[in-house]
Amino acid sequence: MPTTAWSIPILSSEKIDVRYVAKLASLALSDDEIDRFGAQLADLLTHVDALAELDTSAVPATAQVIESRNVARPDAVAPCLDRETVLAQAPARQGAFFRVPRIIAS
Amino acid sequence: MSEFEAVIGIECHVELKTDAKMFCGCPNTFGGEPNTNVCPVCLGLPGALPVPNARAIEHMLRAGLAFDAEIPAFSKFDRKNYFYPDMPKDYQISQYDMPLTQGGAVRYWLADGTLKVCRLTRIHLEEDTGKSTHAGSSDGRIAGSTFSLIDFNRAGVPLMECVSEPELHGADEAVAYLEALRRTLLALGVSDVKMEEGSLRCDANISIRPRGSRELGTKTEIKNMNSFRSVHRAIESEIARQIALIERGERVTQETRGWDEARGVSVSMRSKEEAHDYRYFPDPDLTPLSVAPARVEELRAQMPERPWQQFERYTGEYGLSVTQATQLIDAPALAGYFDRVVAIAGNARAATNFVLGDLSRLANERSVAVAESAVAPEHLAELIALVEAKQINSKIAKELLERMWDGAGSPRAIVEREGLSQTSDPAAVAALVDGVLAAHPAVVAEYRAGKVNVAGFLVGNVMKASRGKADPALVQELVKQRLG
Repeated sequence: MPTTAWSIPILSSEKIDVRYVAKLASLALSDDEIDRFGAQLADLLTHVDALAELDTSAVPATAQVIESRNVARPDAVAPCLDRETVLAQAPARQGAFFRVPRIIAS
Repeated sequence: MSEFEAVIGIECHVELKTDAKMFCGCPNTFGGEPNTNVCPVCLGLPGALPVPNARAIEHMLRAGLAFDAEIPAFSKFDRKNYFYPDMPKDYQISQYDMPLTQGGAVRYWLADGTLKVCRLTRIHLEEDTGKSTHAGSSDGRIAGSTFSLIDFNRAGVPLMECVSEPELHGADEAVAYLEALRRTLLALGVSDVKMEEGSLRCDANISIRPRGSRELGTKTEIKNMNSFRSVHRAIESEIARQIALIERGERVTQETRGWDEARGVSVSMRSKEEAHDYRYFPDPDLTPLSVAPARVEELRAQMPERPWQQFERYTGEYGLSVTQATQLIDAPALAGYFDRVVAIAGNARAATNFVLGDLSRLANERSVAVAESAVAPEHLAELIALVEAKQINSKIAKELLERMWDGAGSPRAIVEREGLSQTSDPAAVAALVDGVLAAHPAVVAEYRAGKVNVAGFLVGNVMKASRGKADPALVQELVKQRLG
């Protein structure tokens, strides 16, 4: 079965583990939401299934639809943001740092 | 010899030396004021777009070529998705299935001079994360901390990940591999490779198996090693721990363990090892990379001599010992100086003795590097030629070297100006010998009575009478002849 670099199989016939996907995205979903979003995701994949009707054997695999390559910039320093501006956006700060809740090893 | 063999693979993260970060123009510097080298791109603010740093890409290609890696014609950046507070975008820009370089090998040498090869799986380019400081616990560790403080200065610094095949078989090989990797990257100028500043970080995957077996045992991953010495200790300790487990009839559990340098033990970091699902996908914000074969050939042609080649030249062609060769290779400026001296003097042995001996001693005493001293390589080569031609003896050479260090310039000019040329004219030396023997009749009598070691006293006096200029071998010969 064709799969892309990411792990969700692209055919709608695959059962989607919505609970698992939600966990990876750090989303807390209720049972109702899991049913609702599961159905919506399945619809989306059904739509993508249309691609399978085309013969793509002669089309090279591509990660991007744009043609450009090697867009890069020279190794030059540019101005940074002012620290107070940066920390003003932090949900919590302590001195010069962002303060975050306890990190629990996953 | 143990009935078990260790199998080790090393994963290194190396911060690349650039002026700016990987995808934005913030400075790539170590140790700035917290959260000052940040902008919308490296903070992951909505709408900000990354643009890769051309020099970082070039560093990667040069590193790949230095390790004889393949440079694919097409490569791309991918997003590695996970949540961690030091990573503001909630994904890291990395390379998944199409990295800039594939394969290759690190050639390293052991203390006995054996050259070995450890193949590389890949080297890929990614961005570093911010730095978190765990607070609220007594020892600053993550366990027991109540909150963390984040500095995003390091977020977005270009980071090279270098993954070895599991082909190292002990702590000595692992450290020798790391040293070779470090030397090569230093020689290329692509990184400072300082473990103490975190520009080189490494993890080791370790397993054991019965000697002769081809199967791999269950591996553990050791983290938190912050010097080559601690890498060596941690690997030895883990091999011993795994052997003890097997010998007690227990099993090795696949897990990540943190090395505690102070206690000299590793501690399990996670009770349950979950398979990570990073959901890599091509980063739509970045264009793919295609490296022109002509560019690859151009970079290959500019490749400096690699440390293992230098090692072969020094130990093979020049006949240096492993220690001497390593000492020079690890001091690139000194090695460059040495190479210039050898190129002119053509006498590697004499150059080694002067450069690693008297010159390095002077450098130590005066706290000035040899390459920055007043002794020009041309002048040292001249001094070597004077000794080789027996125009001066080694004692005068040492004296001259000190004066050259103090800025005296060309040794040949000094020798000519001050008439320091060694006296190897047999008639002149014979006259000096006769004079000394006549002045010490009692010593001569002692010698003739069988106390042959007094000859040294007489030789010394002849040398003194010549003001150090007589050819010592000739003096010895003539003294013995006259006494005999």
